Amino acid sequence: MILKRTRLLLTAFGMVLWGVEVGIPSVAESADATNVVVKDFKFMPTPLTVKAGSTVTWTNKDDDVHTVVSDTGAFKSGAMDTNDSYSFKFDKPGTYHFTCSLHPRMVGTIVVQ
Amino acid sequence: MSDESLLSRRNALKCMAYGGAGTLFALSGGVLAPIDLAMAAADSKGAAKLGRPLFVQISDTHIGFNKEANPDVNGTLTQTIDIVNGMADQPALIIHTGDITHLSKPAEFDTAQQLFTRLRTTEMHTVPGEHDTSDATVTEYFNRFGKPSGNKGYYSFDHAGVHFIGLINVLQFKPGGLGTLGADQLAWVAADLKGRSSSTPIVVFAHMPLWTIYEPWGWGTGDADQLLTQLRRFGSVTVLNGHIHQIVQKVEGNMTFHTARSTSYPQPAAGVGSGPGPLKVPSDQLAAMLGITSVSVVKHPSALALNDTALA
Repeated sequence: MILKRTRLLLTAFGMVLWGVEVGIPSVAESADATNVVVKDFKFMPTPLTVKAGSTVTWTNKDDDVHTVVSDTGAFKSGAMDTNDSYSFKFDKPGTYHFTCSLHPRMVGTIVVQ
Repeated sequence: MSDESLLSRRNALKCMAYGGAGTLFALSGGVLAPIDLAMAAADSKGAAKLGRPLFVQISDTHIGFNKEANPDVNGTLTQTIDIVNGMADQPALIIHTGDITHLSKPAEFDTAQQLFTRLRTTEMHTVPGEHDTSDATVTEYFNRFGKPSGNKGYYSFDHAGVHFIGLINVLQFKPGGLGTLGADQLAWVAADLKGRSSSTPIVVFAHMPLWTIYEPWGWGTGDADQLLTQLRRFGSVTVLNGHIHQIVQKVEGNMTFHTARSTSYPQPAAGVGSGPGPLKVPSDQLAAMLGITSVSVVKHPSALALNDTALA
């Protein structure tokens, strides 16, 4: 409850809330993390474990273009330029491997529970 | 943009306009003899021996790229086109070895095609790079350039007694990252070469290197050996690629392998840094790291000469 009240208070400050949450993630938030950063020709974190029904978002933080392509064809982004994002909702539990089709040595895994 | 950066960009473009110096490679009997281009130009008789330019290779134009490594790729492609248009003897063909665009966007292809119309040489042959086939449906490149290959990406044609083979190695990747030609394409090459005289000069062009330059960055083609085996009986084979945005070459028997510079941005040498991304260099050094390759007939039909020209 204390955490909830803190959040409500901070919401009034807009950007402050963002800064605080990114800077000091609570335990609950890190368990729900569904973001993959693409940087220095790597997907991070990998493997990433999420709950069924979660939407995972990949964001490209490199100067080069990257893609996210599932090994089984379950999902495929277009070309992502710097700061572009791609999201996919994982409804079914399972292990999903993916690569960057432009740099196929870049590999990652999403585990859906 | 500040006045200062406008000024430095203007200077960079001015420097590019001088065109010029590079290294020229005369190929005779499979042996490359490097000749300084400035020397060749000074010795007009020597330059004349190099023969008529058969074609010019343009690569990795990356229209749509706008990052610090080159905020004006349209400008550097225009400079490249000016250099080609300024050649005393116009090449019969232009070959583009892929990564025409950066993100496979329709607007990027439109801009590229608009710029290409400025070339005095109107016959252009292309193969796609992985940046041209990165749209989710892989249709933009083929809608525009797919006709010669029936949308397969590989095709051949003859010009001036030389047999040209364009190949695609960016659609499937081997685990680990090397490009792939695939069984269908390799079988097509075998049929295409069947019955062809071994004295026919062959030019093979594809985007990714058809020889392994640096495996950890995927700078090679996993099943290229099955292609090269088919080409070994020919007396003159020239293999041209792009992808790595820098000149790397080797000679093996009668085969000459050569990767071209990009017209957009340089990339690091193999293994330097975290990956093969755009290399930022001071703006006054950029033009010297961009350029084209021109290929001439030296002793027709037995030998071709490769000539690299930087934008500055």
